[in-house]
Amino acid sequence: MNNPFIRLEEVSKSFGLLTVVEGLNLEIGKGEFISLLGPSGSGKTTILMMLAGFENPTSGAIWAGGKRIDSLPPHRRNMGVVFQNYALFPHMTVSQNVAFPLKMRSLPRAEVKERVGKALDMVQLGSLAERRPSQLSGGQQQRVALARALIFEPEVVLMDEPLGALDKQLREQMQLDIRDLHRRLKLTIVFVTHDQSEALTMSDRIAIFNRGKIEQIGKPSDIYDHPSTQFVAEFIGETNLVWGTVKSMEGGTARVQLPAGQQVLVETATDLGPNSKVCLSIRPERIKVGRREAAGNNITAAVSDIVYHGDHLRLIARSDGQSLIIKTDRSQPTLSIGDEVQLSFLSSDCWVVRP
Amino acid sequence: MNAPRLSKQVISLALVAPLLLFLIVFFALPLVTMMKSAVSDPVAARTLPATARSVSSWNRTSPPTVEMQAAFVADLRQISDDQLFGDLVRRLNSAKSGFRTLMPKTRKAALDTAGSIDLVALDKRWGDISYWQAVSVAASSKITDRNLLAAVDLQRDASGAIASVPADASANKAIMLRTFVMALTVTGACVLIGFPFAMIAASVDGWKRQLLLGAVLLPLWTSLLVRTAAWFILLQDRGLINSVLMQSGVTSSPIPLIFNRAGVIIAMTHVLLPFMVLPIFSVLIGIPKNLMPAAASLGAHPVRAFLNVLLPLGLRGVVSGSLLVFMSALGYYITPALIGGAKDQMISSVIAYYATGAANWGMAGALGLVLLAATMILYAIYLRLSSERETSP
Ligand SMILES: Nc1ncnc2c1ncn2[C@@H]1O[C@H](COP(=O)(O)OP(=O)(O)OP(=O)(O)O)[C@@H](O)[C@H]1O
Ligand SMILES: [Mg+2]
Repeated sequence: MNNPFIRLEEVSKSFGLLTVVEGLNLEIGKGEFISLLGPSGSGKTTILMMLAGFENPTSGAIWAGGKRIDSLPPHRRNMGVVFQNYALFPHMTVSQNVAFPLKMRSLPRAEVKERVGKALDMVQLGSLAERRPSQLSGGQQQRVALARALIFEPEVVLMDEPLGALDKQLREQMQLDIRDLHRRLKLTIVFVTHDQSEALTMSDRIAIFNRGKIEQIGKPSDIYDHPSTQFVAEFIGETNLVWGTVKSMEGGTARVQLPAGQQVLVETATDLGPNSKVCLSIRPERIKVGRREAAGNNITAAVSDIVYHGDHLRLIARSDGQSLIIKTDRSQPTLSIGDEVQLSFLSSDCWVVRP
Repeated sequence: MNAPRLSKQVISLALVAPLLLFLIVFFALPLVTMMKSAVSDPVAARTLPATARSVSSWNRTSPPTVEMQAAFVADLRQISDDQLFGDLVRRLNSAKSGFRTLMPKTRKAALDTAGSIDLVALDKRWGDISYWQAVSVAASSKITDRNLLAAVDLQRDASGAIASVPADASANKAIMLRTFVMALTVTGACVLIGFPFAMIAASVDGWKRQLLLGAVLLPLWTSLLVRTAAWFILLQDRGLINSVLMQSGVTSSPIPLIFNRAGVIIAMTHVLLPFMVLPIFSVLIGIPKNLMPAAASLGAHPVRAFLNVLLPLGLRGVVSGSLLVFMSALGYYITPALIGGAKDQMISSVIAYYATGAANWGMAGALGLVLLAATMILYAIYLRLSSERETSP
């Protein structure tokens, strides 16, 4: 990135003996929507807290807008924060909550009033301005928190699992709302979540965290289609991991022998030495059933389970001791357990991941 | 009502019965007795027993009977105590003026002559039926407002109207005021010390929190005498505080800290601090942890975040703590008695004086009643305020 807006440079954070974030380098562009995704305890909140100024890095530097900010107190960082459980002030009304940042900046009363009105309209809460947070539903509280974090036009908005407490339908609605605000207001958003589909649908880029380190960072499609490690492949979506030995390598295509003896063709950018052991990731929806692909890999397998999922079927098939999950649409001719099926996938759908 | 429910109610009644009984016998009954003694007025009934008996059959409109007059004269002859007679005259005079001169005249005549006396001949006022009505009411009634009035430095003058007592005889109002001022001072001191302390205690956890709370609870666990001895050691002229102050050159002569107001305030603040810290603490730990970070992220300087978020939310604890401390402080007796001088005694010691020293249960009861009323009014205000806060949108 040639002109990052936020830059974390070799940032580490330890609590006593426990190192939570280790040598983190991360650049975030202006107007970018970046998601921090990872399992519980991987240090996502800690990174956000360091950006917001509630925690100090043990070592390393944080830059924002060309200034070093890691010794700046939180109230001078001008970053909007949306907390996981909203952190609305219970003794203030909705409009007082939203007006709080402007009051702290000693803006004239008339301007505060006008901007609060606009902000509440933006999140469609104009009619609830005089309610207390305790009189609002979860989604409404969420939107108040959002309006409050945006009203002072911060350069960066940090969100820590802001949708975690909402039910599925509301969560999807709010995802769209936030994405819409991001586009309209050209916000820079750092969004922490451990919901992978949320990260995939909302972000410009996703950083996958594992034990305080970035495992992979990139566009959602890159992460999904080309996971670089086994952890990422398993964490994002669902995948089949298959181990094999490289037989030969021609151009960008490797011939890999599976334990049972079948050979598959794998497209890969890295040069794999002969006889090296590799781990392959094959997405379940890329495997076709009952069709031979002349240009691809073909395997015969026996159906060992069929699970109905409404919009799709999930087959579990076994082929020479290797169990594969296949997602298939329902237009398939009826299958039953024990049937022998033909499975095929392209060499480009077969991806080498680091263990 | 079906049987299981009934038996359940019987069981719960049985469970609360001991407490109920205890409260009735050792709290409600003494309280009622106290209040009764504050308003009971047996002086006329006590000094005029025969009259009381004979007026019971009088219809209060016909002229006084001969037996009534004879009984009255007989009662007057029985009164040997001048003080008591004075009380009786005051009592009668407060109902109808004129008794002040009439009564000594009549008593003198009764003592000077044996046998029956024609009262109307002695003084024609005895022919006026309204005097007999006053005697009849006083002799057969046992209630007075004298003690209650005296408790707030008021009395009935000769005409029966309420007036304040002469300045040299009035002390109760001043002591009551002093009591309120001292209780208020202690409450203020407790808030000033207790709020920051509760904030610290709520912000740490584990053994640190236990230690802090233990330190504030300590005065409740130590015996009063041990505590008092400790204050003596600390506060006396050659005590710890004064010797440190003098050695460090802050003062050249010891600051009097004991047997005066300052000592009482210090000691009472110490004892009552837990009742301030604990309610504030329990309110503060109920406040979500992320509100202060949220305020900071929204641009609030820590001081403004405190004033705008933590303080208003913690105020409920401050109010209930203040109420507890203030009400307990109002009734303090032993600490001022041990640590204070004569000018630092609170209303409780006056009550104690009347109750045990002067055996004037009427005054003791009346002062207690006034204190109780003042406390209840404050409590009602508190309830009103707190319920308003909860229902306001
Ligand atoms: N103040 C603290 N003191 C000690 N350890 C802490 C502190 N804050 C966080 N940790 C530890 O740091 C690790 C990372 O915590 P963090 O909250 O950043 O995880 P997370 O990725 O946000 O997880 P989640 O998805 O569950 O919110 C955890 O093991 C946690 O126990
Ligand atoms: Mg977290």
